[in-house]
Amino acid sequence: MITFKLNGQERTFDGDPDTPLLWVLRDFEKLTGTKYGCGIAQCGACTVHLDGTTRRSCITPIATVEGSEVVTIEGIEGKEAEAIQKAWVAIDVPQCGYCQSGQIMSAVSLLQMTPKPTDDDIDGAMVGNICRCATYHRIRQAIHNAADTMEG
Amino acid sequence: MIRNITFTSISVCLVLNAVIAVSNISFAQDKVVPVSADLKPASTFQSISNEKQRSVALFEEAGKVIQHPRCVNCHPATDRPLQNISMHPHQPPVTRGEGGMGVPGMMCTTCHSSENVTVIGQAETLKSIPGNPNWHLAPIEMAWEGKSLGAICTQIKDPQRNGGKSLDEIVEHMAHDDLVGWGWKPGEGREPVPGTQEAFGELIKAWVQTGAACPL
Repeated sequence: MITFKLNGQERTFDGDPDTPLLWVLRDFEKLTGTKYGCGIAQCGACTVHLDGTTRRSCITPIATVEGSEVVTIEGIEGKEAEAIQKAWVAIDVPQCGYCQSGQIMSAVSLLQMTPKPTDDDIDGAMVGNICRCATYHRIRQAIHNAADTMEG
Repeated sequence: MIRNITFTSISVCLVLNAVIAVSNISFAQDKVVPVSADLKPASTFQSISNEKQRSVALFEEAGKVIQHPRCVNCHPATDRPLQNISMHPHQPPVTRGEGGMGVPGMMCTTCHSSENVTVIGQAETLKSIPGNPNWHLAPIEMAWEGKSLGAICTQIKDPQRNGGKSLDEIVEHMAHDDLVGWGWKPGEGREPVPGTQEAFGELIKAWVQTGAACPL
């Protein structure tokens, strides 16, 4: 039996301990905001926060999550998340939207650690989140805008 | 005019997708996994009577481990780690960051956990994601990529470029450090470095005991 905290609530999982966290989130917890993209940590669509930092849930066996705290796109909160959400809406960042929950989880993590990021900081943080619609310029602009609103 | 813009946008997308499709980004792991148990024990070199020559020979044998891609990949000469037996630049294109742990939003731990993780339901060409509790890049002053074995040897002895270690501490590090030891248990689909960590540690120990001479 694996016990962990999910979006602030204690949860358990008693299936195969090798089950990827992403499968637990989507199939068992029915939290489908976190997406399956590549399954090998190359695209970033499955990004969640694990104990406060970004983690690719597709390559995270649930057994390794024992005692940890997982936050998904459904549960992300705080001033960074609010600023990112507003900035995303303001300039219509998503196109098809499939990668965006992963993009947002990485962007929030960046702002939590680096409140006023440079272009290089943003590129470094977001380099593992691929967007097939190539919304990269809007993502970068929205992160800058979110940082500005947090500052103000 | 609108039609032209639309056409241009579609063209850009098609070109981008084509670029991604034909780029040399490869997720495949080591294609051939040969048996690499060939690391001579330190005792083999007893027959070399000249101590300096024996020392050099010991280090050259240890070099089979030190210069193996499994080790050099995380001793890069730039801020980007290498990957695979072919030593191609790491994908995604991550950067070193503070302490070699990655950058905010994209730390090494975003993908590398405390253990090797077997991936499920993927192609035969990618079987596992490597991991270790201490997964990180060696500092830039410890870069081995592109250097001769002699240059690496000199570097390993230099406290300015070896993390301030004495030669005894180098022996301890090579023989017992868990991240060094990952090279012998790199996870499914990856060729391990030759021999065993114990045999490697004995080679380094004998090299130090014989004066720690370096190859030219």
